[in-house]
Amino acid sequence: MSAVSDFPDWGDPNSPANSYRLSQHYVTETIHETSVPNMVTAVLADYRGYDTMFETVVIFTAGIAIIGILRRFGNDDKDAAKPTLYTKKPDLIIDTTCRLMIPIIQLFALYVIAHGHHSPGGGFQGGVIFGASFILLAVSRDLQAAQKWVPEKRILNLAGIGVLIYAGFGLGSLLLGQNFLDYAILHKIMPATPIEARSHSMLGVEIGVAFTVTAIMFSIYSNLASNGSMKEGL
Amino acid sequence: MEIFEAISAKFNFWIYIIIMMIGLYAMIAKNNLIKKLIGMSIFQTAIILFYVSIGVKDGASIPILYHDQVHPEHHDESHGDHSAHSPSTDGHDSHAAEDRYLPELVVDGNDFANPLPHVLMLTAIVVGVSTLGVGLAVTQKVYREYGSIEESEILEMIKSGK
Repeated sequence: MSAVSDFPDWGDPNSPANSYRLSQHYVTETIHETSVPNMVTAVLADYRGYDTMFETVVIFTAGIAIIGILRRFGNDDKDAAKPTLYTKKPDLIIDTTCRLMIPIIQLFALYVIAHGHHSPGGGFQGGVIFGASFILLAVSRDLQAAQKWVPEKRILNLAGIGVLIYAGFGLGSLLLGQNFLDYAILHKIMPATPIEARSHSMLGVEIGVAFTVTAIMFSIYSNLASNGSMKEGL
Repeated sequence: MEIFEAISAKFNFWIYIIIMMIGLYAMIAKNNLIKKLIGMSIFQTAIILFYVSIGVKDGASIPILYHDQVHPEHHDESHGDHSAHSPSTDGHDSHAAEDRYLPELVVDGNDFANPLPHVLMLTAIVVGVSTLGVGLAVTQKVYREYGSIEESEILEMIKSGK
């Protein structure tokens, strides 16, 4: 607490964190070097590509860990008593609302992912929104209804594919003779200039992130809500 | 009065310290495992608040360039539209310099907030969600094994050999 008086003032543009030349470089040079107006995405997916890749791996690992901790197979449920709230008959109002909302939520999620490098958004945010649409389905009907769209096997496949897409962009630039995750070299296999190749690769990387986040978000929810049995949700 | 000014000048840091201590207290002192996890979340929120408040600049916008700056040839249509949310679907392949994109554009560093803390906190939020999820899963497993999420009861059960 005694250190508080040494901290910089609120909103001071000359504070050490804001005047450091790396931050200044990110603000002033991002558009010239990567042709991406959203600096946050550019720093996230390009300059700090390693960080984000292993962040995706962290999410992937968390999903695997939760499945490993909670998942139960077979019918060894001793407390088979059904929750009293659970009714088989779907409610008309809830059903109709979700029928209208879920496609719009998913469309918005795709917009957030695809426009992550132009406007606020990106793979993580869009992935969470997309996962939330499945969670809404699971909450409004039951877990089985959502399982029909994203069965467990597909979840793991999607999560793995997401990480592989990200790593694939890194390996692609490695194969073309540049550093790992140095996207500029990818212009050789893309119809774009080197600078635009960085922008397009960022979009691809974000899509990979979105795959993983969507899958793992729903996996976390379904495992926690059904106590690992994947039979029926809340 | 002096002490009031000393506090209000660095308001964000005091808030951050208070929230962080609330989280730390919950993590250490609470008996319920779920409450401990809530404390962990509060702690993480305090860190996120701290970092984002460091990146603030007075009079600066969010770290996304304006539509007008990126698409100068559309200036007539989108004049005065200073929205960073403007969808920009067309026309970003018309002017491609070989080594620098939009070489005539000059970006003032003081017009946009510092993007680096935002990126770091995006990472922190994601890691926070992952740890919270795994923590909840472990708690659920503990409840399945012991039938309780109170730390003292669980410790007693372990000591007494269940």
